[in-house]
Amino acid sequence: MKKLLVVLLSVLCVLTLAGCGSKGGNEGGGETGDGTVTVKLGGSGPLSGDAKVYGEAVRNAAQIAVDEINASDSKIKFEFRMEDDEADGEKAVSAYSTLFDWGMQVSMFTVTSGSGAAVASYYDEDKIFAITPSGSSTALVYTDAKNYPGNFQMCFTDPNQGVASADYMATNFADKVVAVIYKSDDVYSAGVFEKFKAEAAAKGVNVVYEGAFTDDSSTDFSTQLTAAKDAGADLVFLPIYYQPASTILKQANDMGYAPVFFGVDGMDGILTLEGFDTSLAEGVYLLTPFAADATDEATVHFVKAYQDKYGETPNQFAADAYDVVYAIKQALENIGYKEGYATNGLCEALTAEFTSMSFDGVTGLNMTWAENGEVSKAPKAVVITNGVYVSAN
Amino acid sequence: MTFLTYLISGLALGSVYAIIALGYTMVYGIAKMLNFAHGDIIMAGGYVAFYAFSRFGLPGGLCIILSILFSTILGVVIERLAYKPLRQASSLSVLITAIGVSYFLENAAQLMFGSDTKIFPTILTDGSLKLFDGQLTISYLTIITIVTCIVIMAGLTSFINKTKIGKAMRACAEDKGAAQLMGININTTISITFAIGSGLAAIAAILLCSTYPSLSPTLGSMPGIKAFTAAVFGGIGSIPGALLGGLLLGIIENLTKAYISTQLSDAIVFTVLIVVLLIKPTGLLGKKENVKV
Amino acid sequence: MKNIFNNLFSKKNRSRTISFLMVIVAYILIEVIMNTVGMSRLFKSLLVPVCCYIILGLSLNLVVGISGELSLGHAGFMAIGAFTAVCVSGFCAQSIPNDILRLALSVLCGSIVSGIFGFIISVPVLKLSGDYLAIVTLAFGQIIKSLINNVYLGFDSRGMQFSFVTNELKLEGGKMLLSGPMGATDTAKISNFTSGFVLILFTLYVIYSLINSKYGRAIMAARDNRIAAESIGVDISKTKTLAFVISSVLAGMAGALYALNYSTLQPAKFDFNTSILILVYVVFGGLGNINGTIIATTVLYILPELLRSLQDYRMLMYAIVLIVVMQITNSATLKQTLEKTTKRFFKKGEAQ
Repeated sequence: MKKLLVVLLSVLCVLTLAGCGSKGGNEGGGETGDGTVTVKLGGSGPLSGDAKVYGEAVRNAAQIAVDEINASDSKIKFEFRMEDDEADGEKAVSAYSTLFDWGMQVSMFTVTSGSGAAVASYYDEDKIFAITPSGSSTALVYTDAKNYPGNFQMCFTDPNQGVASADYMATNFADKVVAVIYKSDDVYSAGVFEKFKAEAAAKGVNVVYEGAFTDDSSTDFSTQLTAAKDAGADLVFLPIYYQPASTILKQANDMGYAPVFFGVDGMDGILTLEGFDTSLAEGVYLLTPFAADATDEATVHFVKAYQDKYGETPNQFAADAYDVVYAIKQALENIGYKEGYATNGLCEALTAEFTSMSFDGVTGLNMTWAENGEVSKAPKAVVITNGVYVSAN
Repeated sequence: MTFLTYLISGLALGSVYAIIALGYTMVYGIAKMLNFAHGDIIMAGGYVAFYAFSRFGLPGGLCIILSILFSTILGVVIERLAYKPLRQASSLSVLITAIGVSYFLENAAQLMFGSDTKIFPTILTDGSLKLFDGQLTISYLTIITIVTCIVIMAGLTSFINKTKIGKAMRACAEDKGAAQLMGININTTISITFAIGSGLAAIAAILLCSTYPSLSPTLGSMPGIKAFTAAVFGGIGSIPGALLGGLLLGIIENLTKAYISTQLSDAIVFTVLIVVLLIKPTGLLGKKENVKV
Repeated sequence: MKNIFNNLFSKKNRSRTISFLMVIVAYILIEVIMNTVGMSRLFKSLLVPVCCYIILGLSLNLVVGISGELSLGHAGFMAIGAFTAVCVSGFCAQSIPNDILRLALSVLCGSIVSGIFGFIISVPVLKLSGDYLAIVTLAFGQIIKSLINNVYLGFDSRGMQFSFVTNELKLEGGKMLLSGPMGATDTAKISNFTSGFVLILFTLYVIYSLINSKYGRAIMAARDNRIAAESIGVDISKTKTLAFVISSVLAGMAGALYALNYSTLQPAKFDFNTSILILVYVVFGGLGNINGTIIATTVLYILPELLRSLQDYRMLMYAIVLIVVMQITNSATLKQTLEKTTKRFFKKGEAQ
């Protein structure tokens, strides 16, 4: 009698499929009588698994921005929805499809590069405007073969960071001997490293050791550090996120190795790690667009709102996400988005607006976007001094 | 001298693997199940110690005891709730349940403790020993780890060989049905095994987190898999085998990274493992079991 | 007519008939719904991956359920098939403009290469058993992932370019096929639901043919009692190798289909967790139970999507479902009551 059960179950499955069907399509935003218009803002990121911390930061910060805008007298209101993509391309496609079914009009794209690359062509095909807060691989905005006109980035691209780091070292640390420790199975880290290597060779930066680690060997770095020390390196470049970097700093300290450490934007967040001895990070250089203890009004306001609501200090992911929402709002206002706006021209209009407008946010002033979707804001080098970022130049 | 440095850090890593592998191997020997949730018990032990020390400011020794107690109870509770009803089920059903428990613990930890990494405090010591005019630095932690590992192994071996419960365990491992007929309470014995394995996991947690101080909800999964590998490498079910397997794995891993390639270290370590198993199909110290018709 | 029907539903063939019927009916239903009422984007996007995981589940079932060996590295074969297919498809993009033809060729190459690796791995498979074998398959999966992570492959007017560990390629125009941890990017999405359906039918055909053949019976005999099987002249090593190679061929095929459904593919995807995921499908469906695997895969794949409304509690719920279902399906008392009620329920029907 099992077969009956089997048939019943399969019929049930198909019915669920049918039941959930036929809701798709972009129906346009809700409109109320008082001249305000609601835009459906979607986005996906890891909300479970290893990378959850990044997805959460983006969701939290975007939520703050959305709440602020909705509470203000702005004519444009947002309905915000963030789906879990587990930082995985396959899940990102289902997250995207879920958002598409919901009727997403404008998107925050994805949080991580890997999942973003998997859905980049979907955004392009469906003509949904998307700007990622933190997906730094160029694969999100263009490929070798073609450009995705409606896909934009709020963060620096990986190549830019690699090049900027090498340039900075060539000018400011010309006499240093450099070692690199990077994560070879991570798109972000390997992407920065590859461009760094090429630029470093071109600029004559003396790189003596390249050590890698992977997800499976991300606990112990003593081997790489010993090798770097033996090779005589007095500057260690760490194009990685702050969590493994914190272990590297601790282990280097334990073995009495004290080179200059140099990180990229992934290093931001190290000072707010719970339980981290910030004296270990003293003298660490990093390229970051955002410093949580900056004193300009916008940053102070954002950091306070984030701390009040979530009890944590926002990192660079959060700051970029906060800027994304405001940049989208600014662009929507500039193109005169209002009730009855032709939905099918929205992506093109926003694309045109983004490539011509200039935006001031917490991660930089006078940001502009190129045709290929990359943002132009100068990576700023800071050095950690007495537990705070101090401009290095 | 550099070689010695690599060797010693390999020993330290290997000792941590070995302690985790001991837990794996004990549970496997008696319950004949791969407890994939073992790595997550390590994670739980780490968080308990972290919260006790950093948030409540308890003294270090008390934190360690609390962590061991909590993990032991957690291990027994998991065994009673999830594994005990499956005593008669196929080993794969138990395996899937263990995977389910592992997912559950990781996700629950993420919801309870937040997803961001926390830095484990210095509960044990921080200093290091300098030899040969400072050319060779060995941290006290490395020494503690290796010594703890050897003490645990010696303790476990004598416990299993000398005490009554130890005998009951061996009997269960040999033949559950026969053991029951001899008046051994199988359920109690298995529970005790889980308690010991989980307690060891907590000790491993404190050593692991002290040496590599990032604490995150998925902290235990990779050391868990490595330790499982180590346990099989040494011959699963064998206590000295787990020690040997763990130490060798740690040393091979570090020497590969140092002298061959950091990018390919995983591939090389696992290739060595396959080759060793081809030569010794039951692991380094595993018993060869003859199947009777 | 009646004879054919009886034959199709005879004890020997019943499972096979149901499998084919189930897959075909599901396919027709889905196609009809898609073309009439319309189907949500989400479910459309799930169709191809579900097909892939069904094939993966079926192929793993051949090793775990039918051959009785625990394998923890099935994602490795999937990866080999996937990356081979991506390379073939990328290389032939100009020379074979027809999508279906290119898909077929890619899938074929993916399965062949995966089969070759399956044959290599079957050497330790013959020597080892139980958990030692499990750890070797786990190691195999890790090795494959780690190797692909270091491969840089591209082609330009000068032909194929290859580099290992570090990217030394300087392409003049041309196209990168694999770029280390970034994997394959900019792949043409040429898989579709119909191709998935055809491949499932093919998989079912292969597996049922094997099970019902002399070799299949030998494989199962070796699983149930190795020594007894050997004593009556069953060549254990040959049968086990056969099962393992066929399984890896099918897994490579599924990987190829999977890879060509996405525009990017990273080696990190094919980690231990993916192997475990496939194993979960197989155990859920019942070891050796073909229909069970198909249904369990479908349900378990869709479940996390249906749980999206739970947001952060989604994966926690999934874990609980895993544990609870294992408890229920293995509970002796529950099984008895279930059997009793079904017996009572169906007694009337059968008497007629």
